Amino acid sequence: MDLPDGYTVFVKATCPTCQTVVPALTRLREQGADLTVITQDDPGFPAGLHPLDDTELRRSYEAGVEIVPTLLRVEGGRVTDTLCGWLRADWERVTGVAGLGEGLPEHSAGCGSRTLDPGMPERLAARYGGDILRSRRVELGELEDVFEAMDQRGWSDGLPLVPPTRERVLRMLEGTSRDPSEVVAVVPPDLVECTVEKVAINAVMAGCRPDYLPVVLTAVEAACTDEFNVHGLLATTWAAGPVVVVNGPIAERIGMNSGGNALGQGNRANATIGRALQLVVRNVGGGRPGGVDRAAHGNPGKYTFCFAEAERSSPWEALAVERGLPAGTSAVTLFAGSGVQPLSDQLSRTPESLARSYAACLQVVAHPKLVLTWDAMLVVSPEHARVFREAGWSKARLREELDGLLRRPGAELVRGAGGIAEGVPESLAGAELPKFRPGGLLIVHAGGTAGLFAAIIGGWASGAVGSEPVTREVRE
Amino acid sequence: MTTIELLDPTSERQPVTRERVARPATLEGLTVGLLDISKPRGDVFLDRLEELLSSRGVEVLRYRKPTFTKPAPADLRYEISVRCDAVVEALAD
Repeated sequence: MDLPDGYTVFVKATCPTCQTVVPALTRLREQGADLTVITQDDPGFPAGLHPLDDTELRRSYEAGVEIVPTLLRVEGGRVTDTLCGWLRADWERVTGVAGLGEGLPEHSAGCGSRTLDPGMPERLAARYGGDILRSRRVELGELEDVFEAMDQRGWSDGLPLVPPTRERVLRMLEGTSRDPSEVVAVVPPDLVECTVEKVAINAVMAGCRPDYLPVVLTAVEAACTDEFNVHGLLATTWAAGPVVVVNGPIAERIGMNSGGNALGQGNRANATIGRALQLVVRNVGGGRPGGVDRAAHGNPGKYTFCFAEAERSSPWEALAVERGLPAGTSAVTLFAGSGVQPLSDQLSRTPESLARSYAACLQVVAHPKLVLTWDAMLVVSPEHARVFREAGWSKARLREELDGLLRRPGAELVRGAGGIAEGVPESLAGAELPKFRPGGLLIVHAGGTAGLFAAIIGGWASGAVGSEPVTREVRE
Repeated sequence: MTTIELLDPTSERQPVTRERVARPATLEGLTVGLLDISKPRGDVFLDRLEELLSSRGVEVLRYRKPTFTKPAPADLRYEISVRCDAVVEALAD
């Protein structure tokens, strides 16, 4: 804002320090100084000083006031001094009026400016912050129900959405240092350039807190790579959707769940980050069930499927570390997952026995007779992990064991074998076949401290044919 | 009257609707592209179609997508559009 040369002071009547400095302001005015008084709450305060009404807070916002009283000295249109609160010596020095504060205390801290009241910064940014948001405004009438209006526009995954008001979107954008207009990814199926702002809008609708936004942005980036192929994952008749696994310090910082019920409901970050990714694909990419999404069944994880790895209690290196990032890096790994098949083994106390249980259960991913075409993620609980820790088995050792156990003679897998028409081509009858391609089995540590269980998340068409898991560092 | 203002979460695109090419009345003198999307047994279907079309004197060109899970590469789509008058795509297993 343009401030007149001289002195400008911002005050509010409810601030005791502002009440205290009234005699000093009166004295300054009497001395002939050009003094502009701007009041944030009571337009009549301070009486007799002809304050300017700033109950709408525009002037205070534009001047960046954080404390009242704030005294500004303005020379040639530029602020040359700023004093916050009352410090008698400073006020006398800046105004050049000796004895300005006679009879007043030496020092009195100010109060918070009304511009910083809870919720106010976003409201003021939306009102006065200029046009940093580029998205089209959708105006709803007073009598329209906002939740129904959003649903009718096709924005919803079937669950209620948080209305993406400018205030909420601006607050969401506080969660990243990235520019709202920066392009994050080209989102299939419509292949649309998606900005940070569009991700933020969908993150608001999903129910995210601003500090989740960097994770959502990274998940969108990872999903929209050619390797991950979210286009094909959306379009397939298979049940899979993106599964988001979060590693590193950001998971704890934003309160993600890696423990009890990690794959289930009840944690806001887990629930809304996965949902925000799906809403971006739906709303920005244009990918909707019945449209490009042709899933025969789908799975509940297509609402949201996101969890953190339990790293502190894990006997193994984190998934993101195993996939090439330095330890301690916040990262997101995207996996094309089709749902959860829990696995019970409450009796194995040796890693050999437990690995055999895992192999037996992993054989059924997609179909017991289909091999090399489907990936899987094995989520090992702390109680099972203890068996491997106590035996000194690394993750690589477990994987090596599983690789051996998951090989089967082609004769058992060919079409028609076992009276089942489904299977591998007859030409593979003489071969020994592994269940998974190299790199096709991901192992993660998560879950509650009680329960001798694991969870298998089946995959989708693997590798270059379909989807490759993608790990990306989270930029904040 | 009070209104609530939301920000549009969509791409805000207005896709251009393009007319389909008119269905040819006859295949005589035309070139037909056969596009295999790399799903199992799509080739069985297209091999038979090629036999039938060739026996009627129709020129046939064969094409193949690298994988059924991704859109056909732009170059492939362009080549089909400039070299063929009609195209048959084999979708399923």
